[in-house]
Amino acid sequence: MTGMDSSVVHMNATMIQTTGLTRHFTVKGQRARAPRAARFSKNIVEAVRGLDLRVDEGELVALLGPNGAGKSTTLRMLTTLIPPTSGTAVVAGHDVVAEQREVRRVIGYIGQGNGAALSQRGRDELVSQGRAYGMSVRDSKARAAELIASLDLAAVADRPTSSLSGGQKRRLDIAMGLIHAPRLLFLDEPSTGLDPQNRANLQEHILKLRAEHGTTIVLTTHYLDEADAMAERVIVIDHGAVIADDTPARLKADHAGDRITLGFGSASDAARAAARLGGLDGAVVSTGGVEVEVRAQGGPRLVPGILRGLDAAGIAVESTAVSRPTLDDVFLNLTGRSLREGVVSLSNEEVAA
Amino acid sequence: MSSTTLVTDTVTVFSRELRPVLRDPFSVVFSMIQPLVFLGLFTPLLPEVEGGSALQWFVPGIVVMSCLFSTSFTGSNLLFEIQTGAHERMLVTPLRRPALIVGRALKEIVPMIVQTAIIVAVCTPFGFDLHLGGVVVGVLILAVMAVGLGALSYTLALASKNTEWLFWTVQQTVLFPLLLLAGILLPVDDGPGWLRALSSANPLTYVVDAQRALFNGEFPASTVLAAVVASVAVAALGLAVGTRAMRRSS
Repeated sequence: MTGMDSSVVHMNATMIQTTGLTRHFTVKGQRARAPRAARFSKNIVEAVRGLDLRVDEGELVALLGPNGAGKSTTLRMLTTLIPPTSGTAVVAGHDVVAEQREVRRVIGYIGQGNGAALSQRGRDELVSQGRAYGMSVRDSKARAAELIASLDLAAVADRPTSSLSGGQKRRLDIAMGLIHAPRLLFLDEPSTGLDPQNRANLQEHILKLRAEHGTTIVLTTHYLDEADAMAERVIVIDHGAVIADDTPARLKADHAGDRITLGFGSASDAARAAARLGGLDGAVVSTGGVEVEVRAQGGPRLVPGILRGLDAAGIAVESTAVSRPTLDDVFLNLTGRSLREGVVSLSNEEVAA
Repeated sequence: MSSTTLVTDTVTVFSRELRPVLRDPFSVVFSMIQPLVFLGLFTPLLPEVEGGSALQWFVPGIVVMSCLFSTSFTGSNLLFEIQTGAHERMLVTPLRRPALIVGRALKEIVPMIVQTAIIVAVCTPFGFDLHLGGVVVGVLILAVMAVGLGALSYTLALASKNTEWLFWTVQQTVLFPLLLLAGILLPVDDGPGWLRALSSANPLTYVVDAQRALFNGEFPASTVLAAVVASVAVAALGLAVGTRAMRRSS
């Protein structure tokens, strides 16, 4: 087993390697549960399209994308739950189709649902889970006790799971995914449905796991702040393909600038200001009513100059705001759509740079 | 990490299935209410049988009935686990796929034995003539049938993923014809030809016939053999389709 040998981030052994990984679903009638956004042709939905991915040992990677982008389908292929339609995936040195059991032995998986059956007790499920990985009853019990303590489940571990709160169930899921101290952990939308406090707790646990054991972690999320806060590497997926892959900081630097919002007394002032600001180097300017939005790198340092310039031109600025780019801005600039659910596009006529 | 085998995997699944029953044995007792109500309300309506209580004829049928009820319902537990995510979590473990169905199906034997013991214990003071040897052989045959019926119910649950109504519709549609055609509540011997033909195609008929003889302390070889063949056939079919469905489960 792995373990405490190292928490060094840069280990170059490949943990996951996919080549042209593709998954189609056949849509039956109107019962299509396949990703909405995926491309339709002849009742076939291409949920994942030719994914080439490499994850090294020790990395913490977030797959970010809207619902239906193909994140979960990718994870389900990597965890042997569904076979690829074409292409290959090698996980921890084993092919996900030809060597399913070898893959299953070394990975941990925390799915979107709750792993513990409601009729069972948490501790019993943990012991069963340990047994499923070939641990002895004694080891399973010891490991269960350890995880129950570290995930703060002592008060509820011997109650039927049905009586646990959402946050408690999720912590139990984490415990089950960790029972065999996997070298590679997959988490599918780990914090969906949790309140902010439980989300923060969960993130803390995941980061701790990483720090203490050097576990390779791949998670999917549609929470931007989660990907931003946790992952060193964000892979943005849309329509079943990778559209960007870098650190959150680099993604934002490359694909979205800071956003400077200036408020004016009238729309004509705003229009005049926009016309002046158009000359700013590398900036994208858009107008909406009495507001002008400027997108540029190094926003906070630009503001004083902008204000002086507008003042000199006799245009009174009534308010200013500078916001740092989010991963949503990255996604928006890459696809023209917002990542936020239900939001198709922003209200202003902003055009991607 | 120690290695696992099909047997240890099956034991893991079996123990996990059994644990809620052991933690809450009353769940089995509650499942006994229905067959006991049948016994209490049906037995007084039975005609007098020469040389003994009507219970002697009725009890073996009720034993098979309660086994049929609980095993046919058991897939709903898996259906529930499919919906919550517990099944998916099991699928990602290295547990061998046949063990996932065999372990679950084997667990059906335990409640069946408890139920049979309760029925026999309740009926003996009311004139049921207990022949322990016959009951034991009968239970062994029924255990094989229980594994088969349980496996079929789990298969139905796997097939009903995302369509819960399918499970209940099929379960209810199949349950009562099987029950009635096996001659559990009323004998089919005097029925019309088509009904007897259907009855003879029902594997449960042979099991019920054998149970009636065995519970009466008789061991007619051909009847018992027919019941064994019927039970083994159902178990083999159930485990085969169940394993296939489990391999495809995601």
